Amino acid sequence: MGGLDFSGINWDEMLDATIATLKMIAISGIFTIILGLPLGIVLYLWGKSNNVIIRAVYSVLSFIVNILRSVPFIILMVALIPLSKSIMGTSIGVLGTIPALVIGAAPFFARLVETALREVDRGIIEAAQGMGASTGQIVMRVLLPEARPGLLAGVTITIVTLVSYTAMSGMIGGGGLGDLAIRYGYYRYEKEVMIIAVALMVILVQLLQMAGDRLVRHFTRK
Amino acid sequence: MIELKNLTKVYGKGSKQATALSALSLSIKKGEIFGVIGHSGAGKSTLIRCINLLERPTQGEVWVDGVELTALRKHQLQVQRRKIGMIFQHFNLLSSATVYNNIAFPLRLAGTEGAEIERKVKELLFLVGLEEHWNKYPAELSGGQKQRVGIARALASDPDVLLCDEATSALDPQTTDSILRLLMDINTKFNLTIVLITHEMHVIQSICDRVAVIHGGGIVEQGEVAQVFLKPKHEVTKEFIRSETQSEGPLREAIDAVHTGYTQAVKITFLGHKTYESTLSQVVQGTGVHFAILHGTISTIKDVPYGQLIVRFEGPADAVQVTLTELTAQGLDVEVIS
Repeated sequence: MGGLDFSGINWDEMLDATIATLKMIAISGIFTIILGLPLGIVLYLWGKSNNVIIRAVYSVLSFIVNILRSVPFIILMVALIPLSKSIMGTSIGVLGTIPALVIGAAPFFARLVETALREVDRGIIEAAQGMGASTGQIVMRVLLPEARPGLLAGVTITIVTLVSYTAMSGMIGGGGLGDLAIRYGYYRYEKEVMIIAVALMVILVQLLQMAGDRLVRHFTRK
Repeated sequence: MIELKNLTKVYGKGSKQATALSALSLSIKKGEIFGVIGHSGAGKSTLIRCINLLERPTQGEVWVDGVELTALRKHQLQVQRRKIGMIFQHFNLLSSATVYNNIAFPLRLAGTEGAEIERKVKELLFLVGLEEHWNKYPAELSGGQKQRVGIARALASDPDVLLCDEATSALDPQTTDSILRLLMDINTKFNLTIVLITHEMHVIQSICDRVAVIHGGGIVEQGEVAQVFLKPKHEVTKEFIRSETQSEGPLREAIDAVHTGYTQAVKITFLGHKTYESTLSQVVQGTGVHFAILHGTISTIKDVPYGQLIVRFEGPADAVQVTLTELTAQGLDVEVIS
């Protein structure tokens, strides 16, 4: 095998793959938040309801979320190929992997939201109730602002998880750095490409985590 | 102003049932500061939380300002709650909002317009003395300052009633006094009805007009603070007052000490301007009766001074009796002990 030779790397391809990864993360990240945040709020509200029917609905919803979270992403991804085809018109490339990424990450994010909301001091919620706040006002004006550091930490974890999901999606023909690493490194034994692709992903995760931590610190008032 | 009728609150179900309030009724007048004192677990917290229905009673009615809150639908209740301010032991401020935004919070909930919010918040900042701290977050404030924010926030929607849930229990004695003074000021200034719960007799004595003693989910004694404080009837009330004033042991010894001739130990209570007068020495003069002072207190109830002396009279039995009658005639309260 000898030493490593990075001269043969196609940097244009590497750049395209990086952009593709960023695109997948950005689009799936946005949809994960759009779906996962309300789902998390609903889980939180229903989870502490005294109403028997609502509690039952909560149990069912919670069960579904747990199932989605416990299915390995690689299997979920394959299982969702038909769905991706019908929504996006394709099951491969950047667009084809978005549905799988969102369905894989949204339940995970919803649980993080639920946990972050549970951390909000009960006394503050009661104070707002005592002032005549409606449930909607409590969510918008108390729960979300008070839980902001926790929510941002949850967003960070979710996006980092999405980076690794996008890498896995290379297995079923998704684009991006993961795809590149698998195609060159695994199938063609060009380990230099794999090393660079993995290094870029490591850097990406580091940057995301640092940015997330900064945001959390910025909004922490305790 | 506030009528609680036959409130019963039962927590839990089946074998794990616990009764916090049992058929409790209470009537609070407009503009008064009403205190509820009790040990932890006596039901006082449940009681105050029933007034704005943060806790819904299992049975009974809650009336505030002629409206039966227990009969209202969710939305109507939200509107009525704006007329009831509340402050808490742990302040319960929004940690993510500045002092200014915390005070503006109830106004924004009610959809008040911007200029009005600004005017109102500035006025309240001034009232509670926090003008300089308007842009700080709660974590940057001391306990007393946090409670001032709590008070300003509670007053923002111009409530008729202010509920204080152990509002000074987390504060040191000096801060407690400054907060109590502030509560008394706003009571007079806005003719605001204040209901407070506490486990400290000191709080009741400092600012309340009337007091109720709660024990085992029911009111065991209530009345004017001076009356309840100076002449407690129920054992629980006595206990609260005793822990506040005197040490029983040495006093008992002093009363029972060996002495010759006729003696009579009495507790004399002076109230109001009587506290500062020399009635006792005037009365005994020329009766041939002598006295020893075994214990004495002087303090105030709200702003009314009072004094209590435990005195042992010595002398001819009939002369002692005449003295006691004369003391009573002079408007002092005399209670024979020993």
